Amino acid sequence: MQDHILIAALVSVIAFFSVYIITPYLIRFLEKRNLTVKDFHRKGGATVPRLGGVSILIGIISSELVLFVFFPITEIIVILITTSLAFLVGLVDEVTGLKKFIWFKPLALAGAAIPILLLGTFDSNLVFPLFGSIKIPLLYLAVVVFIIPITGNTVNSIDVLNGAASGFMTIASFALATSLFILGNYEIAIACLPLGFVSLAFYKYHKFPSRIFPGNSGALALGGMYGVIAIVGQVEIIAAIALFPAIINIFYLLSRMKRIKDREKKSKPVTITDDFKLAATNYKDAPITLVRLILARGPLSEKQVVSIIFKLALFAAALAIITTFMMGVRL
Amino acid sequence: MIGAHIFFFIFIMWILIIAGGGILVLLVAPITISGFGELDSFISSSIKAIIAIALIVAWIIILSKIKNRMFLKRITS
Repeated sequence: MQDHILIAALVSVIAFFSVYIITPYLIRFLEKRNLTVKDFHRKGGATVPRLGGVSILIGIISSELVLFVFFPITEIIVILITTSLAFLVGLVDEVTGLKKFIWFKPLALAGAAIPILLLGTFDSNLVFPLFGSIKIPLLYLAVVVFIIPITGNTVNSIDVLNGAASGFMTIASFALATSLFILGNYEIAIACLPLGFVSLAFYKYHKFPSRIFPGNSGALALGGMYGVIAIVGQVEIIAAIALFPAIINIFYLLSRMKRIKDREKKSKPVTITDDFKLAATNYKDAPITLVRLILARGPLSEKQVVSIIFKLALFAAALAIITTFMMGVRL
Repeated sequence: MIGAHIFFFIFIMWILIIAGGGILVLLVAPITISGFGELDSFISSSIKAIIAIALIVAWIIILSKIKNRMFLKRITS
């Protein structure tokens, strides 16, 4: 057990400090090459470097490779491959014109799940709290293919405000790691720690006022890794519960998929007031996103909205951990 | 408290996912089909998969309706 604690500490330190140290250099590199986007929510519309996913991926790969030296298990290889593929999908989506094809991201992310199937690092038993498990061999193959696009897009959908995605993923990842520790799945729990520490280190630069954005590459890498850990750790339901606040946005994405053809006609869900606060719009056809729900009672500053998102994430994390304890109870 | 309605909404999501798990384990899992020879397990698996997908779709529709109603109530009050 003492060995496990030392290894957990080592990979956490590597994950945190690799992102913490590399990101300032990455910011300067991206600014020099003008790889920036305008932050419309900020006074004066500052430009902020995107492609922060590069430092996120470096943090994940370096820490997981060190972990693999201590625990040479296939699950860590799968985590590395799927996360890297999810990062590449985001990168391609960001730097090429493929963004126009609405199906590119979900289909390519589904492809990123293939290593999980090929290397057989899943168990087709889906475990529910209080009631036990259900074996769904056929359906579970589809579940594996669907989970990565869902978690990837869920994290991507919450990456609309400074610090929201990285802060949210810090809370959700630590909740997932805690659940895995409680269930006694120590190796995957330790493999999950870098996700939390990478998100935490990146949050330092991503929080308001952002110095860098994770971009699609970073958001999909974080979401993809979260999804693959849920599968290989057999904690799919717990992982979904910790993501609940962000899943509210997925309902909107699903409705958007349904109306692909007339998506251009949809109105904006949120607008900016003269004093640079965020406000929900009154348009009937605008999607009801998480941010719009938060702003339903009136305008708030970006920092206030992000703070509410973090409180919701903590609430969902608490429900996820309660659910973990309920896994051992049978009605 | 700002956003209290969303905490309540997340709590409903949690209750529904646990209830959905109960339906799957207690009602759907025991379903067995016989009379098709070697295809028995394939057919019963397919039926279970279809019911599970229908439950997920129902979960999304119910929560979408609650969310829309909750938002419209807040924005018009």
